Amino acid sequence: MATTEMSVPGGGIIVGKPKWRPLESEGNLAMLLLLPTIALLLMFIAYPFMRGILLAVTNSKVGVIGDFVGFENFARLLKDPIFHAVVYNTFLYTFVTTVFKLILGLWLALLLNRDFKFKAFTRAFILLPFIVPTVLACFAWKWMFDPTFSVLNWMLFKLGVVAAGAGVNWLGDGDLAMLSIMIVNIWRGVPFFAISLMAGLQTISPDLGEAAAIDGAKPLQRFWYITWPLLMPVTMVVVLFSVIQTFSDFQIVYVMTGGGPANATHLFATYAYQLGVGTGLLSQGAAVSLAMFPLLFGIVIFQLMYIRRVETR
Amino acid sequence: MSNVTIRHVHKHYADFHAVKGVSLEIKDKEFVVLVGPSGCGKTTTLRMVAGLETISEGDIMIGNKIVNELPPMDRDIAMVFQNYALYPHMTVYDNMAFGLKMRKFDKAEIAKRVNNAADILDIKDHLMRKPRMLSGGQRQRVALGRAIVRNPQVFLFDEPLSNLDAKLRVQMRVELKKLHQRLATTSIYVTHDQVEAMTLGDRVVVMKDGLIQQVGEPFELYTNPANKYVAGFIGSPAMNFADTMIEEVGNAVYATNPTMRIRVPEQIAARMGPYKGKPATLGIRPEDLHMATGADPEDLSFDAVVEVGEQLGSEIILDLKAGGSTMVASVEPTVKVKPQQTIRLGINPAGLRFFDATTEMAI
Repeated sequence: MATTEMSVPGGGIIVGKPKWRPLESEGNLAMLLLLPTIALLLMFIAYPFMRGILLAVTNSKVGVIGDFVGFENFARLLKDPIFHAVVYNTFLYTFVTTVFKLILGLWLALLLNRDFKFKAFTRAFILLPFIVPTVLACFAWKWMFDPTFSVLNWMLFKLGVVAAGAGVNWLGDGDLAMLSIMIVNIWRGVPFFAISLMAGLQTISPDLGEAAAIDGAKPLQRFWYITWPLLMPVTMVVVLFSVIQTFSDFQIVYVMTGGGPANATHLFATYAYQLGVGTGLLSQGAAVSLAMFPLLFGIVIFQLMYIRRVETR
Repeated sequence: MSNVTIRHVHKHYADFHAVKGVSLEIKDKEFVVLVGPSGCGKTTTLRMVAGLETISEGDIMIGNKIVNELPPMDRDIAMVFQNYALYPHMTVYDNMAFGLKMRKFDKAEIAKRVNNAADILDIKDHLMRKPRMLSGGQRQRVALGRAIVRNPQVFLFDEPLSNLDAKLRVQMRVELKKLHQRLATTSIYVTHDQVEAMTLGDRVVVMKDGLIQQVGEPFELYTNPANKYVAGFIGSPAMNFADTMIEEVGNAVYATNPTMRIRVPEQIAARMGPYKGKPATLGIRPEDLHMATGADPEDLSFDAVVEVGEQLGSEIILDLKAGGSTMVASVEPTVKVKPQQTIRLGINPAGLRFFDATTEMAI
């Protein structure tokens, strides 16, 4: 019966037996590490989202649980002139501010990417509007836009553009109010564009610009043929982030105009808040914020597809 | 005529004097190599010729035109960069065509030139690919192609081979040489590799600390280095140096130190007059040393202790200690020595060089 191995005492082949180490299995470890993330996602994203959908298909109000009403809330929105204005405002607001943020941010990034004295300090300084809490900055801006006491009107008066006591009613006129909140959004958003695009610029080897200069490309041509296409992937990601942020913007409008005058500056988020919390029509508010979802989803899908195309080029 | 003249050129940075008065005349169709350690000013000099750096002082002329104030595009030069600097978002074809497009060549002419260059460089199959799909060697060919399609007056090379692996570097070196023989375009080539400098250059310019140390044909630099720095820089393994005192005994001149007493060959001894009784540095190349036999006179040989022997097949490189100094000798591959063994090395007197101990200039 004795095998060859057993017949040699102490000299046989030993097959090493692994100890039981459950966490060394990749599957087990992965589950364990994913658990906190899954829990957080469920709690803070999935649940509120489902809750929002549930609210939107009932007729809940503050203090009233409400009954299932199907798509009645959405049908009402289609006939709501304020909602029409909200859709228009949001698209206008997002489009105009993003374009300006991109142009100004790119300009700033190109400047900051050059070599000059106090470069590090200036770069940090540029970030200030981004660091200041938005609400505080908005209060400061609100005061600057004030028709009577505003520093803007004071400057216009000193420059002789307006007469005494006839200052521009920045936040009191519908179009000017829209312009004002756009200015604040651009002011706040430019640093993000500038810093991100500058980071993108720094990944472009300066040799390429030099090679192009030797190849005979003038500065504008170098930008158009070399820098801009190479920066495109970063630009697209930055624009994507910004569009999502701007489309669902709330703080600036809420603090500066509250959606007024006469609903002229309402965006999705502020109108949803006003209906749901301000007026207590929880379901209608939920329907407004949910209506933002398919629109934003469409924009994001379109941009992601474009980014993929740019990156695999 | 596309000769390049560099006249008393300086480059000052805020806190650094990178190039300290370089003057150089590069003839039409000549291949000149600037070589030296990093920070010696060779790349800065090249970039000033390219127009990528401003010239602090002096003049640079291409052909008969002073180009100091001209932007790179108006200097009619092409440059090959160390990291290729290919446009990553363009195909190989577009990379090579870019310079011609910027100069408004018509499409047919561009296609003709690009295809011709691709033929010469053997990259015809890759024209529609992006640079990132190519190997290092292929990328460098594309970079060369981008330079030659323009048919410029001068080629500038900034360490073009240093990103390639050793084998490819040797291969590309040969191809560069062939390319220059074929195109006969004036070329300035920067490298820190003395082998590249020796093999490629019609003339080699050795630089150090922003100054030219010596300009000459490769063999001249090897046989008649102007100073100790050039002697040690050119040649591999490097020249050995030993500190000696110069003594006159009868009508013979000797260079001595505790481990050696070497008779100075007559033609050098004739110039040794001012050094009698003073120190001088003796220089001898590893290939001018051999295992001494009975035929080697006492005053042309010395004892040394073997530290390491490196068998290369064609030769053995011996690392030795002779007194206080380390020496390297290249000996026959059949020699059998052991570490710590004391051996006697013979000197080929024609290989002896002497340098002033303080100025380091050749005597």
